[in-house]
Amino acid sequence: MAEISRTSRFTLDNGLRVVLAPDPTAPVVGVAVHYDVGFRSEPEGRTGFAHLFEHLMFQGSESLEKLAHFKIVQSSGGTFNGSTHPDYTDYYEVLPSAALERALFLEADRMRAPKLTRENLANQIDVVKEEIRLNVLNRPYGGFPWILLPPVLYQTFPNAHNGYGDFTDLEQASLDDCAAFFDTYYSPANAVLTIAGDFEPDRARELIDKHFGDVPHRPAPPKRSFAEPPPSGDVRGHHTDPHAPLPALAVGYRMPDPVGELDAYLANLVLAGVLTDGDGSRLQQRLVHREPLVTDIGAGAGLFGPFEARDPDTFSITAIHSPDVTAERVLTAVDEELEKLAATPPDAQELAKVTARWSAGLHAEHDRLMSRTLSLGAFELLYGDPSLVYRLPDRMAAVTGEDVAAAAKALRPDSRAVLLVEPEGGAK
Amino acid sequence: MTSVQHRSAEEIGRTATGPRPVPELGAQTAAAELSHVDTVLANGLRLLAVRKPTVPLVELRLRIPFGGTGNLHAATAEVLAETMLTGTARRDRIEIDTELALIGGELDTAVDPERLTISGNGLATGLPTLLDVLADALTAASYVDDEVARESARLVERLAVSRTQPRVIAREALLKHVYGDHPVTSEVPQAEDVSAVEPGMVRELHTASVLPRGSVLVIVGDIDPDQIAGDVERALGGWSSDRAAVALPGLPEVTGGDLLLVPRTGAVQSQIRLIAQSLPRTDPRYPALQLANLTYGGYFSSRLVENIREDKGYTYSAHSGFEFTGATATVGVDADTANEVTAAALLETRYELGRLGVVPPAPEEVESVRQYAIGSLLTATSSQAGLASQLAALTAAGLGPEWLAEHPRRVAEVTRDEVAEAALEFFAPTRFTGVVVGDAETLAPQLTALGGVAVGEPGK
Repeated sequence: MAEISRTSRFTLDNGLRVVLAPDPTAPVVGVAVHYDVGFRSEPEGRTGFAHLFEHLMFQGSESLEKLAHFKIVQSSGGTFNGSTHPDYTDYYEVLPSAALERALFLEADRMRAPKLTRENLANQIDVVKEEIRLNVLNRPYGGFPWILLPPVLYQTFPNAHNGYGDFTDLEQASLDDCAAFFDTYYSPANAVLTIAGDFEPDRARELIDKHFGDVPHRPAPPKRSFAEPPPSGDVRGHHTDPHAPLPALAVGYRMPDPVGELDAYLANLVLAGVLTDGDGSRLQQRLVHREPLVTDIGAGAGLFGPFEARDPDTFSITAIHSPDVTAERVLTAVDEELEKLAATPPDAQELAKVTARWSAGLHAEHDRLMSRTLSLGAFELLYGDPSLVYRLPDRMAAVTGEDVAAAAKALRPDSRAVLLVEPEGGAK
Repeated sequence: MTSVQHRSAEEIGRTATGPRPVPELGAQTAAAELSHVDTVLANGLRLLAVRKPTVPLVELRLRIPFGGTGNLHAATAEVLAETMLTGTARRDRIEIDTELALIGGELDTAVDPERLTISGNGLATGLPTLLDVLADALTAASYVDDEVARESARLVERLAVSRTQPRVIAREALLKHVYGDHPVTSEVPQAEDVSAVEPGMVRELHTASVLPRGSVLVIVGDIDPDQIAGDVERALGGWSSDRAAVALPGLPEVTGGDLLLVPRTGAVQSQIRLIAQSLPRTDPRYPALQLANLTYGGYFSSRLVENIREDKGYTYSAHSGFEFTGATATVGVDADTANEVTAAALLETRYELGRLGVVPPAPEEVESVRQYAIGSLLTATSSQAGLASQLAALTAAGLGPEWLAEHPRRVAEVTRDEVAEAALEFFAPTRFTGVVVGDAETLAPQLTALGGVAVGEPGK
């Protein structure tokens, strides 16, 4: 553990922030670049653009033909991907350590001069539309709750809109949009490079200077605030799902600023564990087992998980339930359990259960090189502190029962969003 | 769209220096050898334990052969898996969860026609608790009536969700089309069968089939290899029987034939699923076939993905891969496509099958998949969880860490001719059969015109 928790960081003259986390236990290396732009930053009329642009970054560059990126990574024995989040977009490779320089070359090359063409744009619009058909339109509970809940909980475009994009918006994306997006957001000063795994830090530093050193500086865009007031009332939304066999609901609440109020944010993570993690958790015990009202229930911070976004972030509780049970019954039970927790803080054992599982979960995440590389980069980008990742278990363990009670008290029925998913044509 | 002034796309894609060369690969070190124990305990259970102390955790995989042929076997097995960890003679559901939570641990069960799998993990210091809870469930799971009833009811609701998933529908259609009523087709039990399962049937199945002889326990993590066999022997020694766990009956060989267009009215997307007989990992030709498969559709730079995704945009996901069952293996080809391009995607998929044999992989294609096969194995086994899952899969074929350690060398030694021979023999289009699931009204005219496609429900 001591070995893999050693990290160092520095910044190149062009503004690129670098995180190094050497670990020689397996002969593999992870390389990631996080750009400080996600789907919350895409403009009105261009929903889904940040994700579409992520696809385009794989389509060739000044040095590489279309498809060469994939071929080079894979023919070096590596794997790659990219993903678009609310506030950042990441690109990464995990490879045998002999291929470190190639991975750095690839990331520097597309940061310097990606080849953005009309043909690739048209082709990737088709691919993204297929991705949306696969993950949203042609499956039960597609987009539940990450696409469906935000427009109920939030009012402003950045927070409320569909990050996958509407087909009409995607089809209107132009090459000039791509150029503007790249020049605005994909500058080295707006990015973090992370290397984790089997490498020599001094040698890595030389390779970083060689490949990234001459990527020209462009200023990072000014930081935007996406702040908006919390909902005033119990705001309801409805969605009809053509594939879902059972009704579902999602309750969305606002939560503490993940960056500015980290300890309060962590109290919400512990609360989520107390509510739904394991058979002994409050809502599992009551709603799944004791008075079986729901088939599944879950609670958590962030629509894709915690530490993915700056303020505002979402606390959500989701449930799939039988058509014989009304949504109001489920909501009433949730409110009662939150009130109980607010009035009587959980005891030490209940907290220890949650924090031990979190601690083991963080260890497991960091044992997977890809997850470790990505999370170090994300913590540098969001917190300016990659090693915070390794201090989280202790910070979580310091959350008290009173902190959890306060978090439960703040999830108020008079300031929340409730999304109701109804099967088309009733339940079958 | 955001900056007032920006370069054009063309200006962005050009620098004064011009294109740069791709760096060469550096020197590669091999994975460190890990100390391990591979032994059979007094109760007949094979224990494979590997010390890998990268993080202070342990991962555990227990695989119990779980074949059965009765009408309600699949449904009873599924209820058993759902209920096994809900209480024992010593612990109720909440006590089990509490003890595991306090060691940061989890135990999960899953069942398929071939085996019952119990997967778990936790902080390394909690291994005694993890083994104690596991032993308790294996020897004294109580399946009390109301837990069985509640889990069955939840299962029925989950099955309803699962049966609306296009992937599940397509998978079931494929298995039925190829294997008829062989028990391997019952991956997802019928809701009415689950409703018919009585608690007594679950208890009987546990007694008859949750058996150590023939089963394998894999443990990977921060363990002491000198101590582990004794620890496990003490913890699981009470789990015993004279009989051996029940293997799934052998699968009939897949022979090529017409695809079946299975109607799913109103679907916006179609699932193409092809299958052919292949070779198990123990066959000397397997490494060559593995490289042939990667070239075809086994990774992103494959011919199939480049053709139907990157060149034509017909699909987001196209993939081919092996499936190992008992001593046999098949190779499957999957693609999900929009209705209007389904026939075109099938045409290209078949074309690439034929082309793999008659225009065999070029030297650079073979080198690429060779590096990929070696590198992805290094990556996949670099975490405790990845290594545990990989080893558990190998043990099903009687293999172990030696196979894993030697496989890079086997892949390195495969010749281009061997890959070509494997491609010609095993990827011949005539060896394949399969299904297309989708809106038949839209798809039928083009698919039937292509030929080799019949319309109907599988297994009839």
